[in-house]
Amino acid sequence: MKPTDPIVDLDARSFGRHSREALANDSLRGALDLVTTEFADRREKALSLAPDWEIWREQARAIKAHTLASLDTYLAQFMERAEANGITVHVARDRQEACTLTAEIIQQTQASTVVKSKSMVTEEIGLNEHLIAQGLEPVETDLGEWIIQLAGEKPSHIIAPAIHRTREDVGRLFHTELGIPETHDVEELTAVARRFLRARFAEAEVGVSGVNFLVAETGSFLVLENEGNARLCTSLPKVHIAITGIEKVIPRLADLDVFLRLLPRSGTGQAMTTYQTLFTGPKPDPSGEGPEAIHLVLLDNGRSNQLSTPLEREALACIRCGACLNVCPVYKQVGGHAYGSVYPGPIGAVITPALAGQDRAGNLPHASSLCGACRDVCPVKINLPELLLELREKGDEAGRSETVGFGAWSRIASRPRLNSVLGKVLTRTLRLSQSPGVVGRCVGKLMRFLVPPLRTWQAGRVLPPMPARSFRQLWRAGLDGEDPPA
Amino acid sequence: MKVSLFVSCLVDTIAPQIGVATVELLRRAGCTIDFDPRQTCCGQPAFNSGHRAEACRVAQGVLDALGSGEDPIVVPSGSCAAMLLRMPSLFEEGEDHERARSIAARTRELSQFLVQDLKVTDLGARWPGRVTWHDACHTLRELDIHSEPRQLLSEVRELEQVEAIGCDTCCGFGGTFAVKHSEVSLAMADWKIRHIEEAGVTAVVSSDVSCLLQLGGRLKDMGSKVQALHLAEVLNTR
Repeated sequence: MKPTDPIVDLDARSFGRHSREALANDSLRGALDLVTTEFADRREKALSLAPDWEIWREQARAIKAHTLASLDTYLAQFMERAEANGITVHVARDRQEACTLTAEIIQQTQASTVVKSKSMVTEEIGLNEHLIAQGLEPVETDLGEWIIQLAGEKPSHIIAPAIHRTREDVGRLFHTELGIPETHDVEELTAVARRFLRARFAEAEVGVSGVNFLVAETGSFLVLENEGNARLCTSLPKVHIAITGIEKVIPRLADLDVFLRLLPRSGTGQAMTTYQTLFTGPKPDPSGEGPEAIHLVLLDNGRSNQLSTPLEREALACIRCGACLNVCPVYKQVGGHAYGSVYPGPIGAVITPALAGQDRAGNLPHASSLCGACRDVCPVKINLPELLLELREKGDEAGRSETVGFGAWSRIASRPRLNSVLGKVLTRTLRLSQSPGVVGRCVGKLMRFLVPPLRTWQAGRVLPPMPARSFRQLWRAGLDGEDPPA
Repeated sequence: MKVSLFVSCLVDTIAPQIGVATVELLRRAGCTIDFDPRQTCCGQPAFNSGHRAEACRVAQGVLDALGSGEDPIVVPSGSCAAMLLRMPSLFEEGEDHERARSIAARTRELSQFLVQDLKVTDLGARWPGRVTWHDACHTLRELDIHSEPRQLLSEVRELEQVEAIGCDTCCGFGGTFAVKHSEVSLAMADWKIRHIEEAGVTAVVSSDVSCLLQLGGRLKDMGSKVQALHLAEVLNTR
């Protein structure tokens, strides 16, 4: 693993491997079930008080589609106005460039400690690893992010990075990493974090944050948070560096209205987050408050390639609320680390192939039952199951045996007579395997040996008793002639 | 009313009793039924795994069997019905497209057909026991069917209907997903079954044979007494 690799452990078979590990971890599964259900319930409650929800979703979808169709124009407008506001805008083509750029800005300030508020883009580019390699000390200040930083982990959820850890886990972690007496009391644990982090805020010369929305009209950007740590990161240090993907731009300040309604409700079920900070430049004169300089790093990292296909462009509308994770029955069982990407769940399975390449991530679109719960909750109406389907079609990750298998099956199933004969052979053989005694057991073993999917299916599921005759046989044998008198 | 029946490959080969129940039920509701033996599978297994060409090859048979009629096409499976609705996107031009559009326009899932078209909710059924409805993903999210099966079950004599937690959560089948990620698929089934068992029911009822294979197969493997039944089987019990 390269130091700036955003991918924890991803290859064509990693989902299977990681998901089995996750399924064996009862503490992880308990925490996941509890918190995702809580998030989803809170979201439902917030929606019950928002009768115009579907109208908002449609508006937000339309704004995103419009902006992404003219992204160049809006980005140019944003950059021009942000620069006019005194924000220094940088463009990074890929994660290496973004990391190098950020490290250089930090090094120019002679800082060594960097406080960070929560940002998925910095996870995507592996910023912390890069800064550490440069001799700098990034300190995560969002509670969840701090926990996983102490544990040496990657986030397992887009908005709740430490969702996989119980408070008992965190108590043990704080005890071993910070040398404090072990406690499982949430309030005490939070107070510990506050005490440790306050000192870091005071000494840091640079603060790094993410961005929720870039506003082209005014050249400003918005950061949403609940803990107040982002405000401290962006107001105490002399220099503020904000890092974000180019897809975060929206045309007008007024467009924030609908996104501010959708995002907190979708993510945490809140009507609004505790803090919303709109940045429109550094302090105008030395006597003012806030940072002396604001740098904004606009990251491409494959996004402009995604714009060229309608399929991948749709995924760029994502506002990173995490709602699709909370309702995904696969995510709820295995958690975020199973995906091997900092972006897990249905949206992660769609965008990770674009970031990490088809050969490493092509299997992720298959890690879904295509149930569609994600599509129902997406605040910008991304048709996630459809995108997953299209990615399955585009990739050749299914493997040769599956392609050959479906090829053969389609040739049989498109010939009704042959299909019927072979269907009969199959059910008769299965029926034989279900008969008591040695013959049944032997036939069963042979079938499972010859048909690997059957072996997998039967490991944990019992087939129903096979019928003596198929429906079409029953139909011919008299079922067809019993229509009621006309 | 004359209807055309698309039973689905699973009902045809391994669960014909569901097809028989569907036929008897529809006849009791006054329908005459046509079953074209040229039908095999809707192509969904290949399509959902990303094999469009193979799915089209199989779906061609559906065009031949059902593409030229005018009667409603009744399907005792939500996911197959959803696949039939998708047919026009599989055949994008010419006569095939027209036939696919005709099929999509006439396709009705069983409970939808009974309640919305025939406006029947009471089929004279009697089924003593407590049941919970499992919202199959495609039935709920592609066909928007939620109240129809519940209305039908509510008219069954001696049947008590309860809502289990997570009744609209996926059972973990998901086509090839069930064998590609079998352990995850089983964990999903177990999550559902935990809530089904907590609801204290004698049966979980659905209209998707694949979900029933998954839930029923898992229930049996666990030694549970809870049955997994198709809606048609319950409605056809007197």
